[in-house]
Amino acid sequence: MKIIKDKAIVEDSWVHYHGEGEMPDGNVIVSLKVWQETDLSGRRIGLQLEPDQHPKDISDDLDNFELIAINFPTFHDGRGYSYAKILRDRFGYVGEIRAVGDVMRDQLYYLQRCGFTAYEIKAGKDINDAIKGFDDFSVKYQVSSDENLPLYRR
Amino acid sequence: MYKYNEDDQRIVEERAAQFRNQVKRRLSGELKEDEFRILRLQNGLYLQIHAYMLRVAVPYGLLSSEQFRMLAHIATKYDRGYGHMTTRQNIQFNWPALEDVPNILDDLASVQMHAIQTSGNCIRNISSDQFAGVARDEVVDPRPYAEIMRQWSSFHPEFAFLPRKFKYAFTGASEDRAAIKFHDIGYRAVMNEAGEVGFMVYVGGGMGRTPMIGKLINEFVPEADLLIYTEAIMRVYNQFGRRDNKYKARIKILVHELKVEEFTSRVEEEFAALNNEGAVPLDRAEVERVSAYFTDPDYDDLPENNAALEQQLLDNKDFSFWYKQNVLDHKKPGYAIVNLSLKSPGVPPGDITDVQMLMVANLADQYSFGELRSTHEQNLVFADVKKDDLFDLWQALKELGFAEPNIGTLQDMICCPGLDFCTLANARSIPIADQITRRFDDMDYLYDLGELKLKMSGCINACGHHHVGHIGILGVNKKGVEYYQITLGGDATDDAAVGKILGRAFPEDEIVQAIEDILKIFIDIRDQGERFIDTYRRVGAEPFKIIYEEFSLKGAGL
Ligand code: SF4
Repeated sequence: MKIIKDKAIVEDSWVHYHGEGEMPDGNVIVSLKVWQETDLSGRRIGLQLEPDQHPKDISDDLDNFELIAINFPTFHDGRGYSYAKILRDRFGYVGEIRAVGDVMRDQLYYLQRCGFTAYEIKAGKDINDAIKGFDDFSVKYQVSSDENLPLYRR
Repeated sequence: MYKYNEDDQRIVEERAAQFRNQVKRRLSGELKEDEFRILRLQNGLYLQIHAYMLRVAVPYGLLSSEQFRMLAHIATKYDRGYGHMTTRQNIQFNWPALEDVPNILDDLASVQMHAIQTSGNCIRNISSDQFAGVARDEVVDPRPYAEIMRQWSSFHPEFAFLPRKFKYAFTGASEDRAAIKFHDIGYRAVMNEAGEVGFMVYVGGGMGRTPMIGKLINEFVPEADLLIYTEAIMRVYNQFGRRDNKYKARIKILVHELKVEEFTSRVEEEFAALNNEGAVPLDRAEVERVSAYFTDPDYDDLPENNAALEQQLLDNKDFSFWYKQNVLDHKKPGYAIVNLSLKSPGVPPGDITDVQMLMVANLADQYSFGELRSTHEQNLVFADVKKDDLFDLWQALKELGFAEPNIGTLQDMICCPGLDFCTLANARSIPIADQITRRFDDMDYLYDLGELKLKMSGCINACGHHHVGHIGILGVNKKGVEYYQITLGGDATDDAAVGKILGRAFPEDEIVQAIEDILKIFIDIRDQGERFIDTYRRVGAEPFKIIYEEFSLKGAGL
């Protein structure tokens, strides 16, 4: 599957496993439950957070995860934006933060500003079109993960 | 007023381009309606009963004559020749075609206007005291802060998909004219003994089906912390506000469920953490840069008293009524604040035609430094009129139909679009407003009644602010029939109160009579010169319930 990573379209090197059936080989993105209940030794792991799973609950375990996926069951549930900010700013997480679920062109600009670096674009949307969403705005007012100074100080 | 620099301009232009693309993708079917809906709402585009409605932002109610001319142009070219001033100081167009909206946004951008975040579950356009900068009771001019907040909240990346809509209001005066206690966050700019500006911050006020008065959570947030403190509130809300039930999703419910102490301590904790992580305070230089756009215009030095005006007032009774009712004192001697009443019989409250807009723009140029303001009571204001000019201005306004001497009276009611336009409505509100203005058209009677805030909503969403009307009217629906409930005792000012339901609802052919009966009782029992709200506070609802005796057979039992 193709995803957007660091603003480029790339082949994804990860697979999802959320507890149904056999665990696939390779690098897996797992749910919190799978991570807590399954032996994952010897693997590179990514953890997927749901909107009702707060990053503070895993803040001591962040070293275990090469990536953290934040799920957007619907794109208008905006909790994930705050979670990404908190992972970056409060817990100093430097790995990949990936947006999954109901993710399309129109959110990418906001998501990247909150510290997301990878995006699984939802089925049915053209990833080549979606990637243009980063460039919707060339000027931004606020301080955020991608900007240390407010516009008036730059 | 604030003028965009290149960056501000680029942002609204890029927004227009972004929306053009979204519309294109919608029309090609690439975006489904349920996807597009959220996106268009963030740009103020609603789908109403007959057509799309576009809500254009009027940040803190300030407009230049040039902008108003552009709004007239839009009304002519893309609408049916009129616009509608809303209860949050914005303007709505009721008939644009979807394909035209991108062009409208381009037109708006050309005069530094936009429709950014005028709807949707995001931080909405910011409202403010309509007399900011000219009121005698002002301590701090809130406009620079409202503008700084406008910029900060525009496309804020973290807060674009909140649990629910989010509204800010600012005042800096001792009298609250911006209903700050009925906003998600209300800011009152104050000055401490050292002469430093700070903000009293009220959170969790609102109307809708669960009206609540905002709670003061901080008595003095220093200017430098304004944005960081706000960010802390927003982040607490974004994470913990309810998303399982849209009727419980506003911040007022979160504050209520957590209790204000717990809510406040979460905000304080978040605020401390943000500071720890290197949040950037608002610096004085930026406040000064923005404040420089809100300095006084080039006032003449004039005497406070004006003999010619005194004479005109003596000579012309109609002029003197208008002066007494629609004109207010100005901080600058020799100047006055003039309210343009957009309430007259036969016209839906707040409606204004393209021709009227052009004339108003001309008058603003001639008499008020080329600026005007919109008010949450759906009127317009010329903030800086020379007393020498009042008589001429009055005559011009009379021709336009904007000189009804009814500001603050029963006729100056506010009213949402209701079932004539709105898909959520239970009942029509515009025709009821019209019946009321026609029934109560004796100005002597209206003046005798004194200040009386009548507010009407077509459903419990309360866009017509009925909860804070001294008398509120709420449209309800019973088995497909429209009924109207009456609330008494609401107040949007510093004595904030939510009106209480008086009793059963009335059908359309009785509601106006019911209002009239309530007023009769009021006249009977009031103390000399007492306002309705004060009488109500003194005697309570009981004496007014007699009206039901007259209607006992027909009341809807709601
Ligand atoms: S109060 Fe109800 S009817 Fe009136 S505009 Fe709001 S949603 Fe529509």
